[in-house]
Amino acid sequence: MLTQYIPIFIVLSIAIIFAVVTVSASKIFGPQRPNKEKLSTYESGMKPVGTTRERMSIKYYLVAMLFIIFDIEVVFVYPWAVNFKSMYAEQGISVFFSMLVFLIVLELGYLYVYKKGGFKWD
Amino acid sequence: MEIPIEYYLLLSAFMFIVGVVGVLTRRNAIIVFMSIELMLNSANLTMVAYSSFLGNSVGQLFVFFVMTVAAAEAAIGLAIIIAMFRNKKTLNIDEINILKW
Amino acid sequence: MQEIYNLIPFVLISAGILVSLIFEMYAKNSKRIIAWFSVFIFLAAGFHSLVNVDNAQLFFNSMLQVGGNINIFIFLFNFAAALVVLMAMDYSSKYGNNFGEFYILLQSSVLGMMLMAGAKDLFVIFLGLEIMSVSFYALAGLNRMRLKANEASLKYFLLGSFATGFIVYGIALIFGSTNTTSIPQIVDKFGELTHNLLFMAGILMFLIGFSFKMAAFPFHMWVPDVYEGSATTVAGFFSTAGKTAAFSAVIITLGSVFMHGNANIFEPYLVVLAVTSMLYGSIVAIAQNNIKRMLAYSSIAHAGYLMIGLASGNYEGIAGIIFYLAAYTFMNLGAFGVVALIEGKDETNLTFESYTGLSKKQPFLAAMLAICMFSLAGIPPFAGFFGKYYIFIAAIKSDLTWLAIVGVISSVISIYFYLRVVVIMYFNETEIDLTVQKSNYGLLAVVISVILVIIIGIAPGSLIDLISSFLK
Repeated sequence: MLTQYIPIFIVLSIAIIFAVVTVSASKIFGPQRPNKEKLSTYESGMKPVGTTRERMSIKYYLVAMLFIIFDIEVVFVYPWAVNFKSMYAEQGISVFFSMLVFLIVLELGYLYVYKKGGFKWD
Repeated sequence: MEIPIEYYLLLSAFMFIVGVVGVLTRRNAIIVFMSIELMLNSANLTMVAYSSFLGNSVGQLFVFFVMTVAAAEAAIGLAIIIAMFRNKKTLNIDEINILKW
Repeated sequence: MQEIYNLIPFVLISAGILVSLIFEMYAKNSKRIIAWFSVFIFLAAGFHSLVNVDNAQLFFNSMLQVGGNINIFIFLFNFAAALVVLMAMDYSSKYGNNFGEFYILLQSSVLGMMLMAGAKDLFVIFLGLEIMSVSFYALAGLNRMRLKANEASLKYFLLGSFATGFIVYGIALIFGSTNTTSIPQIVDKFGELTHNLLFMAGILMFLIGFSFKMAAFPFHMWVPDVYEGSATTVAGFFSTAGKTAAFSAVIITLGSVFMHGNANIFEPYLVVLAVTSMLYGSIVAIAQNNIKRMLAYSSIAHAGYLMIGLASGNYEGIAGIIFYLAAYTFMNLGAFGVVALIEGKDETNLTFESYTGLSKKQPFLAAMLAICMFSLAGIPPFAGFFGKYYIFIAAIKSDLTWLAIVGVISSVISIYFYLRVVVIMYFNETEIDLTVQKSNYGLLAVVISVILVIIIGIAPGSLIDLISSFLK
């Protein structure tokens, strides 16, 4: 019964051994010169402790907006890619070009944002 | 074990009502907007549930379109909200009141 | 080949959007170029659809129809957009939304409207509606430095997407209870579906959502604020083409239901909305002092008149609505065009005081505005009268005489505030000076709309015959 789980246990034990060995190796062999910045919790460059209602720079929202739009369009590419073979057999190369047109339209939007300076941080 | 379709429909109807109540009672523009997104997603859940219940993939296709449209709306909405905030420094709907009859 | 030929308006506008984007990116003098380019494609698409009005055809697995009354709608959208571009050319620099994007957003909203008018599938209605609405939200707030425009677009966005939520949920329930989204298939099964509670709930939600877009009474809150806050040309576009698009989608769904011999079960809902919007719009408009708000409330009242046509549920009603929409588009655009011409820098000269004695200072503009006001009030020689006439006749034919009487009462009330503008312009004296910036293109657009109002008023028979011939 449990024999079918043996591969999982192997992976699990390798993962544990790898983690323990690498962490302890760097503790033992690496130079240790701690300072205040190094000891603080890693928070992607933000201050780890402070008020949670702090305001973010408005530039993040711009990037988020652009990301939402270009990210979600991929949703149309997935079903197309999955069904491509059967659609190709039925309708020929036009299946490919219809998606190409969609991507060109998307690319034009990207170019527009770029030209208007939507990606400039400053 | 098969979960009957009524459960999905009840859940999505509940989500929709939560969204409607949120729009009508909350006063922060962003939270109102999030409630609207909740309404759209409850419709998506209904669509997917019906789609698998009826064996008709049209419902799932519709969800793709609703998702992309919701993303476009989110982008436009965020842009409008940022423009509003830059000028007025508030997002409380009760204070956004220079236009009144 | 014939297939693609009939689709030219759609292809033209879609390709036009992309080409305009490239102009906006690379051309130095992009605003002028895009403005004239969009006038060109709007007129080309509009006249193409008018010439091919007889070629009805289905496209894309019968999801989209072109031809017949749909082409009349497409012509209306494109022609209204062309007039708005003409009005906006000089107005935009006065108001401060002089961006090339303004015209691109107009083009994309027209594309959405055309999809809505031609839809044969709930999918396409939804997509068209959203393409239109998203462009409208952006158009309302395009001048992002102006607080009023910010507020207008925020209100429009929040309430508009609230309505979209209802429409999407309604479509989900309709799909679940019918296992299809194709409108002809739903209409075929309609008789048995009326006993299905989920289906009825779905269609009610769909209707509520569209009542928002049509600006009917309990769902009208956004209308005055959005019209006042956004640019005058844009408000004119919302109130004419936007309303026409919403009604075209409702005609496609509801109209095809009762034109196939089904009973008009939506009558109670439509009657209540019609009566309340007519009376509310007409009465509250009396109290207004800002001409844009006055026109906004009058547009709520006009939504009420149009709903009488839906409530009567016969061929005459639908033909009357299409006729009324054509007349309303031109008379309202003319009125908004004059308001845009008179409006000064920083949204001044919008109250009635600025219009006192206009006949002495600007006799031509005053005459144009007076004709539009007479037509909006429904006074006989102009187009507005015949629109109301056909709709009231349709109501009487389906035994809704009392509704027609309420409509007449409401028009009588509305005469008060429309004619007040005329009285102020022609019979009141004032010392205040009014400087009007000259704008030849804006004047041209106003003159074209007024000429169309007069032509439709002189020869209403040919238009209504054309519309009815497609319905039978």
